Amino acid sequence: MQLPIYLDYASTTPADPRVVKKMQECLSLDGNFGNPASRSHAFGWKAEEATEEARQHVADLVNCDPREIVWTSGATESDNLAIKGAARFYKTKGNHIVTSKIEHKAVLDSCRQLEREGFDVTYLDPDSNGIISPDLVKESLTDKTILVSLMHINNEIGVVNDIKAIGEITREAGIIFHVDAAQSTGKLPIDLSELQVDLMSFSAHKTYGPKGIGAMYASRKPRVRLEAQIHGGGHERGMRSGTLATHQIVGMGEAFRIAKVDMDEDNKRIENLRNKFWDAIKDMEEVYLNGDEISRAPGFLNVSFNYVEGESLIMALKDIAVSSGSACTSASLEPSYVLRALGLKDELAHSSIRFAIGRFTTEEEVEYTIDLVRDSVEKLRTLSPLWDMYKDGVDLDTIEWAEG
Amino acid sequence: MAYSKKVVEKFENTLNEPEKNSVGRWDPSDLDIGTGMVGAPACGDVMRLQIKCKPENNSHVISDVKFKTYGCGSAIASSSELVDMLIGKTLEEAREIKNKDIANALDLPPIKIHCSVLAEDSIHKAIEDYESKL
Repeated sequence: MQLPIYLDYASTTPADPRVVKKMQECLSLDGNFGNPASRSHAFGWKAEEATEEARQHVADLVNCDPREIVWTSGATESDNLAIKGAARFYKTKGNHIVTSKIEHKAVLDSCRQLEREGFDVTYLDPDSNGIISPDLVKESLTDKTILVSLMHINNEIGVVNDIKAIGEITREAGIIFHVDAAQSTGKLPIDLSELQVDLMSFSAHKTYGPKGIGAMYASRKPRVRLEAQIHGGGHERGMRSGTLATHQIVGMGEAFRIAKVDMDEDNKRIENLRNKFWDAIKDMEEVYLNGDEISRAPGFLNVSFNYVEGESLIMALKDIAVSSGSACTSASLEPSYVLRALGLKDELAHSSIRFAIGRFTTEEEVEYTIDLVRDSVEKLRTLSPLWDMYKDGVDLDTIEWAEG
Repeated sequence: MAYSKKVVEKFENTLNEPEKNSVGRWDPSDLDIGTGMVGAPACGDVMRLQIKCKPENNSHVISDVKFKTYGCGSAIASSSELVDMLIGKTLEEAREIKNKDIANALDLPPIKIHCSVLAEDSIHKAIEDYESKL
């Protein structure tokens, strides 16, 4: 077993070796380096063939028409294009947008920008398990609503929204539905022929593909229209100009092809490891699982270790790569807005760690991590005045703290 | 965030050998003990510093220190660093310790300066508590 152990697969994943091989074939003179938009020679035709094959792989994974896939630089750009593009195109129909408080910043900040342009945005509260209730979405719609944007799998806690039920509501009301599915591909089956979703964002690097490439699904039936955000040569049917990055696209295509083939087996194994991990730590005192226990994607384990500060725990787990909802790990010194929106007290948000298991995680690595976590939490509690107070039966909420 | 080597060393020593590094607590009602607790759980750090003092000449000398800290690695390292600075000092000398001394000793980055400020606050609180019992 090699140290450090990578348990941050929700942040990014290593490219699968099969993906790397495909990408390498599309860079140099003896490879497929042409511009897919070159119509006048074989180099261009060959490159176009490769990008179109990749487009088919992406479409196959989510069961849509390849003509509904637009290449972008990643899920952040897809979110920007979907939200700003749809809102600006349909602004004569209305100016109201619905999203949630626990979306990725790419969605939240796009919505903030639209607020500055005169749109009204409703930010829905999740329930305490992190799920956005379809009923709540329904209640939030007005005759001015033009767009609903919600994530499929939450990137911090891994809970899954019912996008099928929400799609039925938005389609009936004639409202565009965008889903950020950056975390979903390869983790949950997506069937766009069944779902009433108009726009969907994808990322390659969360699914063992390269960074710097993503895609956006734009439904043809019914047809969704967008205002382009990047202007230029009119690539991607005018929705996203810019020379196609053949090697990146081929990498994403291969990653998504593998995801389709390996998904069931991968997830069974990953879910077993996740359950083994949780079963081995849940008996510890004052340990809380964040997010719904049932409706969650495999691989995610977001846990709060009360009375232990998350960043110090990360430091104690120095051979394990994980992330925390603690303020101290962020530049803003604010604890996770996602966990706070779930109603967690600040100190529990500060105490949270996200373990994210993936394709290359081994049982041995999980076992090593379990032992280290148990040991480190115990050591840090020995150092914690709050743990003493808890053990003495002091209610921390009744104390007037010296510094607010 | 990358930590300075000093923070990592101090943090790991404290974690692995808590008793040797003055982690612990005394009964705060003892007359020779001064206790200072600063910070708040909601902010992500709480320090509890205790000084054991005895009269000497015309002053009082800190003969021993114990602490517990909930917080990030820098906060734990800051309190541990403070302990080394306090033992053997008179209360007047202890009051002169500034957060900058702690921050410099540990090479704290600007975003972690508040950890050293908290440590400085805890000295003043602990001294105040001890003197209130005299």
